[in-house]
Amino acid sequence: MTGTLSGKAAIVGIGATEFSKESGRSELQLSVEAVRAALADCGLTAADVDGLTTFTMDTSSEIAVARELGVPELRFFSRINYGGGAACGTVQQAAMAVATGVADVVVAYRGFNERSESRFGQFSVAAATQVNTNGLDNAWSYPMGLGTPAATVAMQARRYMHEYGATSADFGAVAVADRRHAATNPNAFFYGKPITLEDHQASRMIVDPLHLLDCCQESDGAVALVIVSAERARDLAKPPAYITAAAQGSGRDQFVMTSYYRDDIGIPEMGVVGRELWKQSGLVPDDMPMAILYDHFTPYVLMQLEELGFCGRGEAPDFVKGGAIEIGGRLPLNTHGGQLGEGYIHGMNGIAEGVRQIRGASVNPVSDAHHVLVTAGTGVPTSGLILGAS
Amino acid sequence: MAVRPMVNRDSTFFWEGTQAGELRIQKCNACGAKRFPPGPACQSCEAYDRGYDVASGEGTVFSYVVHRHPPVPGKELPIVIALVDLDEGVRMVGEVAGVTDDEIEIGTRLRVDFNTIDDDLTLPIWRKL
Repeated sequence: MTGTLSGKAAIVGIGATEFSKESGRSELQLSVEAVRAALADCGLTAADVDGLTTFTMDTSSEIAVARELGVPELRFFSRINYGGGAACGTVQQAAMAVATGVADVVVAYRGFNERSESRFGQFSVAAATQVNTNGLDNAWSYPMGLGTPAATVAMQARRYMHEYGATSADFGAVAVADRRHAATNPNAFFYGKPITLEDHQASRMIVDPLHLLDCCQESDGAVALVIVSAERARDLAKPPAYITAAAQGSGRDQFVMTSYYRDDIGIPEMGVVGRELWKQSGLVPDDMPMAILYDHFTPYVLMQLEELGFCGRGEAPDFVKGGAIEIGGRLPLNTHGGQLGEGYIHGMNGIAEGVRQIRGASVNPVSDAHHVLVTAGTGVPTSGLILGAS
Repeated sequence: MAVRPMVNRDSTFFWEGTQAGELRIQKCNACGAKRFPPGPACQSCEAYDRGYDVASGEGTVFSYVVHRHPPVPGKELPIVIALVDLDEGVRMVGEVAGVTDDEIEIGTRLRVDFNTIDDDLTLPIWRKL
């Protein structure tokens, strides 16, 4: 794999705050707490950090986080755009930085009061009025009344059902799997609260065809990940999760949540990510013992299974049947409970679960989880990772 | 309060059109390619020289949603919002007025109308043919 990023860097530390509906602290404090926890996890200190990366959407700048942590100097700082699509992209940035010697210890962080303060599930006038091309793009949907994440996804979900005969119950299989996994995760918001498919079907309609239980929960919390070179990783406290592949992807005629003007209104941008992940890693879908697929809304999990090549186009409704995506099934997904069950930390909590699986430290361990595929936000320009035990 | 569109010099013609009761689609003056949403550079021939056609105002539902929660500024819920494939070959998002969720499906034929919000803003809105 000379000449690629594969195996050159690793995630060595993970940290998080609790996931709640009201943290009671500032977003900056949440991020600082998570970064400290991640550094403690791998035995490094703030003095070792020389790079920070986060989402463009994050309200806590790299310099603010560095000040609170007491990081003396930063040699690398970067932001990734497009909402939750940034999640794995931050790790890719960090991996590129440490692989090239631009920085030695990079922390990727994301922290917000996304339930108690700015709720992403609400209609965002701010998104419609931003002074840039994203705001101009939103002129074609928000004024017409289409302006919540659930509504924009529902538009794609309806078309997917029409084209492939998928049903709401097929989407419900994702919710049931996630909530089953969350039920045994003490850190999950829905710990001890599994649901049945009947619960899913009986939950109220939010935006037809999406029920309440198709939608992730708005959450407060923060997650941080420490990334160093593969060489340095071997000397640290916990088993490294090597970055076997890292990719970003944007598709033809791409928009943010409203890529409606191309023939395929699905998520071909995840296909871009998938093809690059398989190429970089030399692996194929059948090599994956499990995956963490971004699940802010259930239909996107089905579409991702197809875009990533786990099944053919239109075959995901059959693929997810019969517990196939639950622990013990052919491809367990979102073993932490996902964003539907554990918490919605913009995908960063899913990367942390990928690391725990590689370490054998998940509350829902998948036997011999030698590789874990993790994806970032869907419906937007996005990213993905394959983490490896070696 | 209705949500107002961000407008720049690439999209002004569209919003002037709705105020004049016209649904305007960008058309390249060099090669004739139509597109929506509009933009400054032709995706077919790279020209920056553009005008517009006035659409017939009829189209077909490609997909749709019924928005029930949470609140939408300036709207009384639920509302039906569709992706409309115009007969001219471009696709737009639009609210469909006067239909309930069992009166619309993929393939339903619609005709555009214009919803005057105030002196400065008129939104296209769709009704069942």
